[in-house]
Amino acid sequence: MKKAAPPPHPLEDLIRTDRIPHIWCPGCGIGTVFSASLYAMKTSGIDLEKTVMVSGIGCSGRGAGYVNLDSYHTTHGRAIPFATGMKLANPELNVVVFSGDGDLFAIGGNHFIHAARRNVDLTVICVNNFNYGMTGGQVAATTPLKARTTTTPYGNPETPFNLPLLAFASGATYVARWTILHTRDLTESIVEALLRPGFSFVEVLAPCPINYGRRNREKPLETLRLYQEKTIVRNEAPPTELEVDFEKGVILGKFVDVHRPTCSNHYDQICRPKDLAETASAEAGA
Amino acid sequence: MKTAVLTGEHFMTGDVACAEGALAAGCLFFGGYPITPATEIAEHMSERLPEVGGTFIQMEDEIAAMASVVGASCAGVKSMTATSGPGFSLMMENIGLAVCTETPCVVVNVQRAGPSTGLPTLGAQADMMQARWGSHGHYEIIALAPSSPQEIFYQTITAFNLAERYRIPVLVMTDEFVGHLSERVVIPEPKDIRLVSRLAPKGRKDRFKPFRAGSDGIAPMAAAGEGYRIHVTGLTHDERGYPTMTVEAQTEMMERLVGKIRGHEEEIILTDGYRLDDAEIVVVSYGVSARTAYAAVDEARRSGIKAGLFRLITVWPFPERRIRQLAERVKAFVTVEINLGQIHLEVERCAAGKAPALLVGHPGGAIIPPEHVIEAMQSIAKGNERP
Repeated sequence: MKKAAPPPHPLEDLIRTDRIPHIWCPGCGIGTVFSASLYAMKTSGIDLEKTVMVSGIGCSGRGAGYVNLDSYHTTHGRAIPFATGMKLANPELNVVVFSGDGDLFAIGGNHFIHAARRNVDLTVICVNNFNYGMTGGQVAATTPLKARTTTTPYGNPETPFNLPLLAFASGATYVARWTILHTRDLTESIVEALLRPGFSFVEVLAPCPINYGRRNREKPLETLRLYQEKTIVRNEAPPTELEVDFEKGVILGKFVDVHRPTCSNHYDQICRPKDLAETASAEAGA
Repeated sequence: MKTAVLTGEHFMTGDVACAEGALAAGCLFFGGYPITPATEIAEHMSERLPEVGGTFIQMEDEIAAMASVVGASCAGVKSMTATSGPGFSLMMENIGLAVCTETPCVVVNVQRAGPSTGLPTLGAQADMMQARWGSHGHYEIIALAPSSPQEIFYQTITAFNLAERYRIPVLVMTDEFVGHLSERVVIPEPKDIRLVSRLAPKGRKDRFKPFRAGSDGIAPMAAAGEGYRIHVTGLTHDERGYPTMTVEAQTEMMERLVGKIRGHEEEIILTDGYRLDDAEIVVVSYGVSARTAYAAVDEARRSGIKAGLFRLITVWPFPERRIRQLAERVKAFVTVEINLGQIHLEVERCAAGKAPALLVGHPGGAIIPPEHVIEAMQSIAKGNERP
């Protein structure tokens, strides 16, 4: 009897299978965030032909290379301004920025706050693994105080960003945080973020056992246990209380979900000539 | 909707003429950051783009501006930015991204004197070598150098056409003097403006390979959202656009990227000859300095010196073959430019010792008076100066 072919993976059509195996390490959390993002794209009902993934540089930045959609792998830290130009040039596109904490918040920090302020209609998914994985585990803008990395051999002397607070303060209209253990909530959040017009931000805590865990005496399973035991789901928690401190406990949930006009809405209302719509309709009639 | 082509005679600055040239070329996206002396281009685009259906955005810095321009072009829209020296430096990494991903766009540099903040309100022509190889890696680029507001209007259109044809960022290397100069600019009827658009893909979407080039080295370009599901990366990639970390892939990609420009130099390079036929001393110049050079050549001719001008309209790729040919028969070259010897190095290299080359340069902040060029020519004519 011939062995039956295995059923196709439910995301097969959204993955560049000819690029597998991927480069992500064993135990890495990026794959989970990646598949949650793809499930979300499928279940949200958005037009996938009009959906684009834009990445910066780093481990998470490789996401764009594995998704079978229009995908752009840009320069370090510049995924958001690249995506901004793309979205403003063709507002029909659903533009998803998929990148890491180093890319989006250190070198790209300025672009993040300005895109949120402008409320550009983008969905930004940040895989936060607390360090620069691709370059070998250096300190990031999200590395916890005292944590060890290759450039903080005595422990990190800097205070990390509270990313949801930064997003909220900058003007993001959707802000959520999950870990890779909370895949169902994460996927639902990404669906909401994709459907929300305006600047949406989803932070995902993800283990980096090879570069971060190893140096901080955290075994891969222990990281997941922290995600299970030291997190509390509190939707609408005040953004000021969202710092990542596993000793105190880390708050997850949806924190911001509001409507305000997007960058393009305002541009059309304020900058376009008032007669433009009328002229266009008259020409169409003639 | 208002017209993108302001047909008629106008009195306008070079910066405004540049913006009008972009609109006439079909530019529908401008991402910029204010900097003297390029700001008026952004200001004019902010006023004009929304009324022709385009979009203007003032980004948070020049890095973001250049990234937005590459993104907009990948979305299928002709896009542009304009800046000056310090901003040009910041744009370099993403200019390299546009080179590697073969994304057409136009970058205008209204040059001012540097280094660093230099003389923000006074011109120079000192970013010419930065234009050549300012981004990392080894690549070919196209750069134009207009001499007047009328020329910047036309050359901005040419820049878009070359960008679309060769899928490359094209640099318009003007300067403060031309940018802020007000002159008569004649804008033709739209039907008299030749426009080029990137080659569109044909055939089955699932079989499309975004970097499979035709025999001319140029691949058709699909925009995001057209259903081709392409991958585009600044990493070394194969014809599918997939990253390939091998020496072979690097060689193949680089040979094509460099080859598509080197192989079309005859089509790309634009120059102008003035009184060159019997010239013994040839002035090589471009941009605002070429205006000095025209006056100097006429004056030298009146004093009996057989002078001529070889004007570069395309500065990169450099018209190497023409300089080599001239070197065979002329007595000397004089390069006139507002820096301390950048294009001069190329003239000297191509003259290859067959004719001496002398620089009449200026460190920036002022145009070069014709007298300095005439003195140099007289000195060479008398045999006093062996450069």
